[in-house]
Amino acid sequence: MTTSAAAEVAVILAAVALAAVAISPWLTTVFRMGTDTDGTGLPGTAGWFERWLTAIERPLLRAAGVWPVREMTATEYGAAIVVFHAAGFGLLLFFLRFQPLLPWNPDHLPAVPWLIAINTAASFVTNTNWQSYGGETTLSPLSQSLGLTVQNFASAACGLCVLAVLARGLVRRDSPTIGNFWQDLVRAIVGFLLPLAILLGLVLTSQGVVQSFETAIDVPLVDQDAVVEGAPPATRRIVTGPVASQVAIKQLGTNGGGYFNANSAHPFENPTPLTNLLEIVAMLMIPVASCLAFGRWVGDRRQGHALLAAMALLFLPFLLLIVRFETSPNPRLTAAAPTVDQSALGEHGGGALEGKEVRFGPVASAVFAVSTTATSCGAVNAMHDSFSPLGGLVAMWMMQLGEVVFGGVGTGLAGLIAYTLVAVFVAGLMVGRSPEYLGKKIESREMKMGMIVLLVPPIATLVGTATACVMPAEAAAAPNPGPHGFSELLYAFTSASNNNGSAFGGITATSAFWTLALAAAMLGSRLLTMLPLLAIGGSLAAKRTVAQSPGTLPTHTPLFVLLVAGTVILVGALSFVPALALGPIAEALQPPAVVLTGDGG
Amino acid sequence: MPASSPPPPRPPLASTMLAQLRPACTALIALTAITGVLYPVGMTLVARALFPRQANGSLLRDPHGEVRGSLLIGQPFTGPRWFHSRPSATGETPYDPTASGGSNLGPTNPALATLVADRAAAVSKDNATHTGTIPIDLVTASGSGLDPHISPAAALLQVPRVAAARGLAEQTLQGLLDRHVEPAVFGILGCPRVNVLQLNLALESLSGVNAPGPSRASAPPPP
Repeated sequence: MTTSAAAEVAVILAAVALAAVAISPWLTTVFRMGTDTDGTGLPGTAGWFERWLTAIERPLLRAAGVWPVREMTATEYGAAIVVFHAAGFGLLLFFLRFQPLLPWNPDHLPAVPWLIAINTAASFVTNTNWQSYGGETTLSPLSQSLGLTVQNFASAACGLCVLAVLARGLVRRDSPTIGNFWQDLVRAIVGFLLPLAILLGLVLTSQGVVQSFETAIDVPLVDQDAVVEGAPPATRRIVTGPVASQVAIKQLGTNGGGYFNANSAHPFENPTPLTNLLEIVAMLMIPVASCLAFGRWVGDRRQGHALLAAMALLFLPFLLLIVRFETSPNPRLTAAAPTVDQSALGEHGGGALEGKEVRFGPVASAVFAVSTTATSCGAVNAMHDSFSPLGGLVAMWMMQLGEVVFGGVGTGLAGLIAYTLVAVFVAGLMVGRSPEYLGKKIESREMKMGMIVLLVPPIATLVGTATACVMPAEAAAAPNPGPHGFSELLYAFTSASNNNGSAFGGITATSAFWTLALAAAMLGSRLLTMLPLLAIGGSLAAKRTVAQSPGTLPTHTPLFVLLVAGTVILVGALSFVPALALGPIAEALQPPAVVLTGDGG
Repeated sequence: MPASSPPPPRPPLASTMLAQLRPACTALIALTAITGVLYPVGMTLVARALFPRQANGSLLRDPHGEVRGSLLIGQPFTGPRWFHSRPSATGETPYDPTASGGSNLGPTNPALATLVADRAAAVSKDNATHTGTIPIDLVTASGSGLDPHISPAAALLQVPRVAAARGLAEQTLQGLLDRHVEPAVFGILGCPRVNVLQLNLALESLSGVNAPGPSRASAPPPP
């Protein structure tokens, strides 16, 4: 890696760290860990932020009929999340299906077809934001704002709620309850995500991200000779919209669904290297800050640092690898067009620029790609489908680790805690002690629920990909030949099953099979990870705390960090190496002269 | 068995869920109002007040107020008189802002290698005097298909052709180009780049609007 590439990576990482440290005290105060005895908040010592939160949540919760706040059991909390997801799904489906009859549809776009609408609704309520449509030609500003933007907030907030429940499970003793979902939801959105999104959105607008309700304008091309195939005088339609408001939350909430088809590669979503930096920071800062907040919640900051270290240990090597892969020239292009200089962007490395923007270059594109797949964001500033075989592998594998290396807002750290419980359990088995984490005994119920969290996404990914492969008509959704075509199928199910939402974008996943199978993978993985995590929280909260003894496994040491990271790698690697060998690894190993095609195979 | 009081009966799951229906619907309506209406509308009003140019698409207008394009959205250029943009993969029409996207050709797809070779041949043909290498950005499509930039090297390569076609001195064009090179942010983030639309608009005003071509040059450049 050149020094300037290293400097660019270092600046981005430093910005992420600064932002996370800055917001972590704030995130800590958003969720109350202790039991709220009279349900009205406002204990005598509450600070101004707490009082402000209570003032905002009171009218909302009163309207919802849940004021004064009553604490919920894990079952009630889970039921509330499921019902909220279902209601969100229904409302979004309504907006998509009825957009021609609803106002604020200046370009008179028709109703979204049923299959696409179902897929999109599943995608946005689950924080996946897989997009089987092109935003600018499919959705009215009303659908984008009232439908999608709302779910961007709501799905991210649900992730934070699950994390808060897990933390309460570890903090509380002998407690039958784990907090109130509606209170947590309102606080996560109004007290945290919304202020951050307003701030980020305005900064992005100042740099050129559009934010307008004007209709599209037709502009004649400057070069009037640039007409294709005798088409009429050349004009182009410049589409704007309320973009900055959606981009801000799609990055912060690790949602990833862009206003435009090209997502953050589109100059109106991501106009400069500076906005690119801000969008990377926005993706990573809440997952990083969650680790720090977790340490504060459980009253031992080292615990948060250890989990963050485990994430960083899995993230940084792949960050360096993908930068290296994407700044290396594509040997096939060197062979086919020897006069082309693949290091044209000078100091910032060479590498094939197909699918990448000049203003970002290969380094910033690679950092964005690994960040968006490590977190469950799924926004893209370059087309992953055209990445080098091994660069694409890194992106895919970051998702296949289960979206726990940073992962989604809230859900990422919650998932890593499930891995941590497994690691504690394995360590306990090895030394013959009953496993415990932060003073709570880890028993059969926690392990069963933890295993569901670990195993559902890999199963959904592999079964889905295998099913697509044995149906020739559906496998044909992948346009590229050979192993890369297989990678496109694998990437699609990986992305859906881990609620990421990025794609090897060449795939045409609009058939009945693809829309419904991916919708099922998204919903199944989302609910079958969230609900077991809530169950773990409830079961831990009901336990009493056991005293530390010399035989207790310390969970903040470098050794334990390695143990957690190793557990994640084992599940990720053992589940996916065979599939990866058929896709990106085979593609990387195929000699330049040979062209493997999918025919006859 | 110890005589403990039996746990309270658990309510059936259906009624637990039903009890959440009203809060769910209310919360959804309230959140739709806050994050779906107030938030984007408020942001638009503030953005329009603070950053009107950027919020509306950074439109470039000529002195008569006609919109010539957006600073951020690239346009296609053909013929010898213009600096050319990167290839674009936005469907049938290049640089179509209603169909943003890349080619999604895989790195080992033979179609990509063929396409790049063909584009390289076309660049060599268009710029016959150019003997060096061809920068990669000039022969690959961007992710958005709307990339407004090319690398400084890709612009430099086109200077002799444009100068000859417009009858301008190469030094004049180089000076113009130098003024249009945007450095990496803080010298670190992103890549140095040239905005093709901006450069071509400057070129247009330099040679006068609708300049017919080389014949218009009143003072031929020194050899």
